[in-house]
Amino acid sequence: MMNLLRLISGRTASAPVARERLQILLAHERGLRGQPELLGLLRAEILAVVSRHVVLDPEKVIVRMERGKHVSTLEVDIEVPNGFERSLAAAAT
Amino acid sequence: MAKVLVVTSGKGGVGKTTSTAALGAGLAQMGEKVVVVDFDVGLRNLDLVMGAERRVVFDLINVVQGVAKLSQALIRDKRLENLWLLPASQTRDKDALTDEGVGRIIADLRTKFDWILCDSPAGIERGATLAMRYADEAVIVTNPEVSSVRDSDRIIGMLDSKTVKAERGERVEKHVLITRYDSARAARGEMLSIEDILEILATPLLGIIPESQDVLRASNVGSPVTLNNAASAPARAYVDAVRRLMGETVTMIVPVERKGLMNRLLGRRAA
Repeated sequence: MMNLLRLISGRTASAPVARERLQILLAHERGLRGQPELLGLLRAEILAVVSRHVVLDPEKVIVRMERGKHVSTLEVDIEVPNGFERSLAAAAT
Repeated sequence: MAKVLVVTSGKGGVGKTTSTAALGAGLAQMGEKVVVVDFDVGLRNLDLVMGAERRVVFDLINVVQGVAKLSQALIRDKRLENLWLLPASQTRDKDALTDEGVGRIIADLRTKFDWILCDSPAGIERGATLAMRYADEAVIVTNPEVSSVRDSDRIIGMLDSKTVKAERGERVEKHVLITRYDSARAARGEMLSIEDILEILATPLLGIIPESQDVLRASNVGSPVTLNNAASAPARAYVDAVRRLMGETVTMIVPVERKGLMNRLLGRRAA
């Protein structure tokens, strides 16, 4: 019946696409739920450790979690200002 | 024992206020003593949909801040004597609501009413979290549309974690209410089906409200859908939902518009 109607109207049903997109998206989002706190914690601790040795702009520390089907990745992106070697050297002495 | 029921959705414009008014009036028609509480501080609309916009003197914020007594802020419905409205403030912002203040008012309302229906604002911020905070039950209003279903899923997650019940290790009883449903479009595969939505949200269904002009017509005149035209398809669907809330088992059907030629002619003339 549905196929017949579709044949007549010449359009393909978009609901199955909606359903599939939602299922994939929500599986991902449900996994992330409760994670913002974890990411915030990781970010704060990473920032504290690195700051002991390098002068950092706290705004330039980005911690991101990507969830994949089999493995997930934790991406830590820290922008270090030029001349940080100097601050390293200073910290060493 | 009084029940606190939040009508929520995450997404805006899906029919929370319409549903709060219709379910509230429906419960009152069954003889229950009901108060509908507008939590949409700054953007109140439940008063308008209930037809009480010109009778608002004090509001929820006034009561939270002790400026007015609860009895001064409650507005009794002119059609149903056991239906009351507690309006939101139009001038203040949602930060004027406090967890403690809302808790106090809900506790007070519990001693006076059988049902306390909290009309949540859209979004997931303070107004929405406080509307659901003290809920025993939740109606998640969902349109058969991807963004609405996604937001409903998010709200379900919050109901399971951010409510007083959840924090005590208990469960808020959740129901999905599908609104603006068009069975013809769903049959053609152009709209998410009921089965799709329920499978994705994994939450029991309270009712299916068909897309209908009667909903707009009712809000135009400031009357809950169930009162404005009790024979209309959405009114019958809301009444079924109310009976399910009361614990009755009612077969799930999507009421359809009666659209015979005679009906149409009579309907026009009657309107």
